[in-house]
Amino acid sequence: MIEQFQATFSDHIIAVEASDMPTFVIRKESVLPVLTQLFKEFKVQFLTDLCGIHYPDATPPMLGVVYHLHALTTNTRIRIKAFTPVSEPHFPSVVSLFSAANWMERETYDFFGIIFDGHPNLKRILNEDGMTYFPMRKEYPLEEGTRTDKDDAQFGREKIT
Amino acid sequence: MSVTLNLGPTHPATHGVFQNIIEIDGETILSADSTIGYIHRAFEKLAEHRPYYQITPITDRLNYCSSPINNLGWHMTVEKLLGVTVPKRVDYMRVIIMELARISDHLICNSILGVDTGAFSGFLYLFQHREKIYEIYEEVCGARLTTNIGRIGGFERDFNDTFYIKINEFLDEFSEALTEFESLLTRNRIFMDRTIGAGGISAERALNYGFTGPNLRAAGVDYDVRVMNPYSSYEDFEFEIPVGTNGDCYDRYMVRNVEMWQSISIIKQALAKMPEGPYHADVPEFYLPPKQDVYQYMEALIYHFKIVMGEIPVPVGEVYHSVEGGNGEVGFYLVSDGGRSPFRLHFRRPSFINYQAYPELIVGGLLSDAILTLSSLNIIAGELDA
Repeated sequence: MIEQFQATFSDHIIAVEASDMPTFVIRKESVLPVLTQLFKEFKVQFLTDLCGIHYPDATPPMLGVVYHLHALTTNTRIRIKAFTPVSEPHFPSVVSLFSAANWMERETYDFFGIIFDGHPNLKRILNEDGMTYFPMRKEYPLEEGTRTDKDDAQFGREKIT
Repeated sequence: MSVTLNLGPTHPATHGVFQNIIEIDGETILSADSTIGYIHRAFEKLAEHRPYYQITPITDRLNYCSSPINNLGWHMTVEKLLGVTVPKRVDYMRVIIMELARISDHLICNSILGVDTGAFSGFLYLFQHREKIYEIYEEVCGARLTTNIGRIGGFERDFNDTFYIKINEFLDEFSEALTEFESLLTRNRIFMDRTIGAGGISAERALNYGFTGPNLRAAGVDYDVRVMNPYSSYEDFEFEIPVGTNGDCYDRYMVRNVEMWQSISIIKQALAKMPEGPYHADVPEFYLPPKQDVYQYMEALIYHFKIVMGEIPVPVGEVYHSVEGGNGEVGFYLVSDGGRSPFRLHFRRPSFINYQAYPELIVGGLLSDAILTLSSLNIIAGELDA
């Protein structure tokens, strides 16, 4: 099934990664068509997980969305990743395929600021509505910056970001 | 004329901090809107700043009704990243602990469902046995609720004699109590009238909503991670996966009850077949050496220091590992860049994913059924908000 997938979507796939499960990096524009075709033709109809990831050191800095999909009939798991520059944080929403994606996308928006176009109700979910930043992005520190008692330099380490 | 009702976030009937703005016409629910995040503790952000072994206590606080499953699931995830194979004995020890945790999770859910329908005594019959389970945890790891059980590579100590005495006692007494509990509730006319048909969901909708665990199985889909993607030697055990038909509160109750019986059977099999051997893998870079060795031997001291200071290199890569938790598939998506803490760690939390179907489940039903549906979905606030 994985070979078939690779052959069908060869235009969309940017990279195939060696990992614990078949992992494909696709273009952001391809997410909705690929997932739709997977859903309808390959019976990959279970969205296990959807989450964001932030690579501030890439050029340009990138935001990614990772989809874990599961074809329950053949018990095949697939991981699909797509990336977008931080300056343009838009992704297509997959709520039309998977109702499960609704809150997962809201969570990803809440923490990474990725805007899912076509989402029915894209607003913060775990953090308060008035928050002005996206806390899971790497540039936001875990604690407020005024604390000095936890300076890593005092323990002989580089500052951990 | 409709009335808007604010249910929660601190309403006693919701067993946790859940807020729902519900529009009712008489007793019928017209619409519902859930607000979550009241106990959000930024675990994913915290995890990015901690060495691997210090993330175990975070996982305790996800589903605190069955914390050992989260702990051991996390250990297995890290072992998968590191490529560590644990001895067979560790697998069996883990299975025993995880099945105990499953019992303690299902036991709370089902007995509280009884309380919500007005049958308080069933709760008292079962709940004292959760205390027995906690005492067993205590023998293994010293803690009760937030267990922090085991380590990367195995367990910190072998099961002791008191453990075996207590678990055998528990298995006997709990079987009796569960039989008694079932005789109180399962064919109880009031309980059946309240739960049959309340909060039902079809298999298609359940799958589309990403349901896993007992909630999905009650809708008739036999998906169980223990069978589909066996971990920790689950393939060695004989057990059944119960499924329901309507996906309503009664089916969820029945599925959980049968699963408790299956867990008892798995624990018995594991105790009977328990292989001899070491109780941890031979991974000195990740498994703390015995304390007396730290005081006597140079290598042990070095390893101890390196582990505690988090200076051990880990491979670059990403893994997803999932275990069958009390509420469904508990997944850990771990991305490592080789640093001392994860580059990214995402928890797949079944309660979070299940709870978004809640408005759909209760709309059109009665307000009192909404309370039952919330209990029988077994939404745990800690897991919901992470």
